[in-house]
Amino acid sequence: MAALSVENLSIAFGGIRAVDGVSFEAAAGAVTAIIGPNGAGKTTLFNMMSGVYRPTGGRVSLFGEDVTGLPPQGLALRGLSRTFQNLQVFFRMSAAENVMVGTHLSARRGVWRHLLPLPALFRAERASYDAACAELAHVGLEGEADRPAGALPYGSLKQLEIARALAAGPKALLLDEPAAGCNGAETARLSALVRRLADEGLAIVLVEHDMAMVMRVSDRVVVLDQGRVIADGAPAQVRADPAVRSAYLGGTS
Amino acid sequence: MQRFLSPLILALVALGVWLLADSNFVLRIATLVFIFGVAAIGLNVLVGDAGQVSLGHAGFLGIGAYATAVGPAALGVHPLLAGAAGVVIAGALAFAVGRPVLRLKGHALAVATLGLGILIFMVLTNEAWLTGGPDGMRVARAEVFGVRLRGAALWFIISSVVLVLAALVAETLKASPTGRALRALHDSEVAAATAGIDVAAYKTVAFVVAAVYGAIAGVMLALFEGFVTPDVAGFLTSIELVTMVVLGGMGSVLGAVAGAAILTALPQLLTIFQEYEHMMLGLVMMVVMIALRRGIVPSLVALWPQRRGLKR
Repeated sequence: MAALSVENLSIAFGGIRAVDGVSFEAAAGAVTAIIGPNGAGKTTLFNMMSGVYRPTGGRVSLFGEDVTGLPPQGLALRGLSRTFQNLQVFFRMSAAENVMVGTHLSARRGVWRHLLPLPALFRAERASYDAACAELAHVGLEGEADRPAGALPYGSLKQLEIARALAAGPKALLLDEPAAGCNGAETARLSALVRRLADEGLAIVLVEHDMAMVMRVSDRVVVLDQGRVIADGAPAQVRADPAVRSAYLGGTS
Repeated sequence: MQRFLSPLILALVALGVWLLADSNFVLRIATLVFIFGVAAIGLNVLVGDAGQVSLGHAGFLGIGAYATAVGPAALGVHPLLAGAAGVVIAGALAFAVGRPVLRLKGHALAVATLGLGILIFMVLTNEAWLTGGPDGMRVARAEVFGVRLRGAALWFIISSVVLVLAALVAETLKASPTGRALRALHDSEVAAATAGIDVAAYKTVAFVVAAVYGAIAGVMLALFEGFVTPDVAGFLTSIELVTMVVLGGMGSVLGAVAGAAILTALPQLLTIFQEYEHMMLGLVMMVVMIALRRGIVPSLVALWPQRRGLKR
């Protein structure tokens, strides 16, 4: 069974079909990349898969369960997490606190227990802080735990978002342009991280413009153009596809 | 243990005022500062932590204050019991109103909360048979174990203790999963939701916490003053509360109290300027905001040399 499967997914904004009948599957332990020219509908597709937008048609399933139209917190509960193209870091918090927000679902909730200064709360906080430090180390941000997020360099913020997403303990992870705006060294570091996470068993869906990165880390590439899938296959196979070349070069297919 | 720092500082400040105060007048002003400090700490959870504005927050002070006044007068219940009921009513109202109102953002939220405040103010003003109308009403003196709760010294002690406890609870909440959820949705609602946070529910939590703190301040105000008027719930009080939070420092417990001190005590000091008193207060507020834009306490803390690797 596919970890994440999208069937015939569509959404229209004011009569314009931004995503039109898209279907693909993403397997656990693999990187599935979604590429396409600007305006192809990649981020819109992501926003539907992560519950930010409600699709007008079609179906999203997570490990066989229909999760179409669930809000983001409902998807988080079922093991789907994501990062954002335009950074959505909690800038007023430290790096560790950002990641601790990611552990929200596994924390003992209930406001009552968070009002009284009792040892049980302090122990839970300490454990959550230690777990956050471990997650930061996992993505290569060891030693940055107590720095304010606003003081971290751009590439590190991308890693921080991934650490926060991982802290929720997801089984599927959507990465929206993790390498956008990063320099060569940062991109190389992120590529290695993405590959490693997939090898650890996560189902990763990646939207990315950096073709070198896509070709290096992906197991499968889905090409979108004008809201439709025009190619789907192994990286080498997709690269050789004439329809893909014409979409990127702006030719009339 | 960051969370014990601000309650400790406030306890030391209260002790210092107690030792240095040379008159009941000083103790009375300090008591008012502490009472409004409690309200400001609560409002700071909503405004500073969760980033949601409320321009009608004095309404909750009004509910606490008038419950304390009306309960003994109309039903013959003990003033403290009536006050406790007022706190529960304020919390329940915030819970009921929270979800629909806090769906709004920015200006729409400001206007909706303003409306809530006006509504409470109008009820307190118009239902004169119960509340005494615009002239207000007397509050029965509370008596606990044979001790009458009156006098500057006793109220200074009561308000100090409540302030320190209020600060301790607020700091505990801030460094908990709930507090982090509030600060997270302040910075990015979509990222908070993606982390599994029910944004609407947590905004309501912040609103209820702020309302309960406000109502507790209202109860203390009524018992301390021995008299209530609808002005406690008025628009000006709401604006003053928001100003305390912003001036003192959004998200800072000590800042909220510093803001309460400036808005409550400074007008007393500025009486030396006589008819220019209010102009001077306005000027101080403008200069503070321009010079210390993050608010007094956070801006001053930022001037301190950076302490790295702060253990919490």
